[in-house]
Amino acid sequence: MMKSEQIVIEPVNGWQFVDWWELRDYRDLFRFLVDRDIKVLYKQTVLGFGWAILRPLLSMVIFTVIFGNLARVDSDGVPYAIFNYVALVPWLYFSTALSASALSLVSNTDMLTKIYFPRLVFPMTPVVSKLVDFVISFVIIFVLMAVFRIALTIRVLYIPLLVALMMLTAAGTGLWLSAMSVQYRDVKHAIPFLTQILMYAAPVVWSAALIEERFGMIGRILFGLYPMVGVIEGFRSALLNTGPMPWDMLAVGTVSALAIFISGLFYFRRMEAFFADVA
Amino acid sequence: MWPDDMGNESDFHVSANGRHAPEAAIVAEGVYKQYHIGLKEQRYDSLLQSTLGWISSPVRNWRQLRRLGQISSDDADDVIWALRDVSFTVNRGEVLGIIGRNGAGKSTLLKILSRITPPTRGRITLNGRVSSLLEVGTGFHPELSGRENVYLNGTILGMTKAEVDRKFDEIVAFSEVEKFIDTPVKRYSSGMRVRLAFAVSAHLESEILLVDEVLAVGDAAFQEKCLRKMGGVAEGGRTVLFVSHNMQVIQQLCHRALLIHGGHIVADGLPAAVIEQYLEDSSANPVPEPIVFSGKAGAIRLKEIRLIQDGYEVGEFVDNHRALQLLFRYDVLEPVRNLLFGFDIFSRDGAHVFRTYDLAAAGMDERLPGSYESIYELPADSFNSGHYYLDLLMGVHRRGWLSRGDIRLKMNFSGSMASDVNYPGVVGPMGRWQVRADSSETGRLGADDMADQVQAKG
Repeated sequence: MMKSEQIVIEPVNGWQFVDWWELRDYRDLFRFLVDRDIKVLYKQTVLGFGWAILRPLLSMVIFTVIFGNLARVDSDGVPYAIFNYVALVPWLYFSTALSASALSLVSNTDMLTKIYFPRLVFPMTPVVSKLVDFVISFVIIFVLMAVFRIALTIRVLYIPLLVALMMLTAAGTGLWLSAMSVQYRDVKHAIPFLTQILMYAAPVVWSAALIEERFGMIGRILFGLYPMVGVIEGFRSALLNTGPMPWDMLAVGTVSALAIFISGLFYFRRMEAFFADVA
Repeated sequence: MWPDDMGNESDFHVSANGRHAPEAAIVAEGVYKQYHIGLKEQRYDSLLQSTLGWISSPVRNWRQLRRLGQISSDDADDVIWALRDVSFTVNRGEVLGIIGRNGAGKSTLLKILSRITPPTRGRITLNGRVSSLLEVGTGFHPELSGRENVYLNGTILGMTKAEVDRKFDEIVAFSEVEKFIDTPVKRYSSGMRVRLAFAVSAHLESEILLVDEVLAVGDAAFQEKCLRKMGGVAEGGRTVLFVSHNMQVIQQLCHRALLIHGGHIVADGLPAAVIEQYLEDSSANPVPEPIVFSGKAGAIRLKEIRLIQDGYEVGEFVDNHRALQLLFRYDVLEPVRNLLFGFDIFSRDGAHVFRTYDLAAAGMDERLPGSYESIYELPADSFNSGHYYLDLLMGVHRRGWLSRGDIRLKMNFSGSMASDVNYPGVVGPMGRWQVRADSSETGRLGADDMADQVQAKG
């Protein structure tokens, strides 16, 4: 009936890697937490999942008025509205997944202090659950492309790769920030500024072409270390045909995203043992 | 239902000498747990000092926060040891009760066993799957339906979806909320929520079950049902570790009990003996010198507790046939409104006999700093012969306790008459009996007779 197993509880010292076997045992929990996140998100709202469309559209309108019409920011030869919207879709995923992931432990302290399960499921949940909003707002891109008469090319097939990099980046930063936030609640207060800074640092309202103009090839590669730069420029290239796929940026971006993610796993595991004591 | 004689004579420590040495489910060896209390508030006396302190506070805060997650030398001043050198073995199928006063380390031990927090030193081996009921209903989301919450809570507690599928009907039937299983949990009454949450926990398929005071929930009928379920769990060969302040439940459910005091195991044996030691230990010499109890509700210095009969101090031994005066002398150190000063009385097996406060006599007005005496008069012939325990209660109405159970007094009641017989029962009031021939057979029962009979009930 019951499988017999032996558990040894010992002091936790130093660095250790993820216990994949244990995570596998808890995959159903992960599924239900993602489920819960999705079901609960738009409960008791009038618009429901309409918010997933409205949020990027409203941001697009604001940015188009300010940066497109007033400041006349260069938009790689496509209408500013769609130039901006195509960037907002991955960006909003990244910023919401990042904040939800960073605060996932702090907002679930009652569970942390009362029940054992691999704590990794918490910061990982928003990385998956926020994909729902992402997919809904992504579909609107095709509507806008029809409106602005932009043809779909075969390069749209690169999108899954870009999505994977986007999720990896959100997961890595989420791991770091969530593990820090348990001990240092400063994280909670810093998140709104952090996401704002990260947004202006990424080419959401402007074009990465500016970097190459000003700082040349080296500047472009260094800038690519921020993985969302490659993701956003990749989206524009794949959907709006603004230029060739930025493979150079995507390559350095993937390396740095992997570095953030793996170091994040180690840091999280190191801090994990003390979450219940410190929370 | 849970006979007291289960495993009466065997010594559970020793598993090596028997022919059928029962396999150990839990082996704890030299477990220590250290906590940083950290984050002490600094106090400043002047504006300049507090300004400087405020400017330098980020650095200080960072140092303190960083220390929270570290292990430091044994005697650092912001460190407490919640457990020191705890070793024990629990055999498969045994129900072990853990008792001790607040802060003794019981809950810390369960947290380590359930892997919520790691030990600082030592090692615990668990043979079998562990589930813990440290709090029922953790992770319940009010917006989700009962059904969704059963699945979520079940998987949080370590079940797989397939397991929940299999047990779902049983869980819902146990919780008695079938009709509302697809209603959001926020529309449930608190009783329904607790029943559903406990039902999930009660159906965990684990070999080792850790339980912390969860039975203090729900109405009496449901508690009874939970107790029966818990008893069934133990009979099914599962090992149960059970923390409770309710000595009756420990007595009823457990085969063996551990007494923890100050992070050490101080007694280990049959529940009745351990419970008695627990009550006895904590009542020796309650107020050797004045003790200050302070909290955010107020501050009181307790100076003396005296038991007086017929004007003489009697110490521990009380004549059951005379009235007893309990005299408490204390200083109120800060003005306090709605002070509750009183006590609980427990019988030797832990049953709660009654609680009383001096509030009715003292009134709700503010008590100014100064010395006070509160005197309670216990009528003669209230109790049976034997030990009773008094737990002192000091608190402020609606604001919290200053002390509850920190001061315990043992009282040894005995009758002075040679003809006294010990009857069973927690109390022994000397009600008045009357015996007479039944006059209703011969016709009339007068109104006066009725009045007599009512009086006779005493």
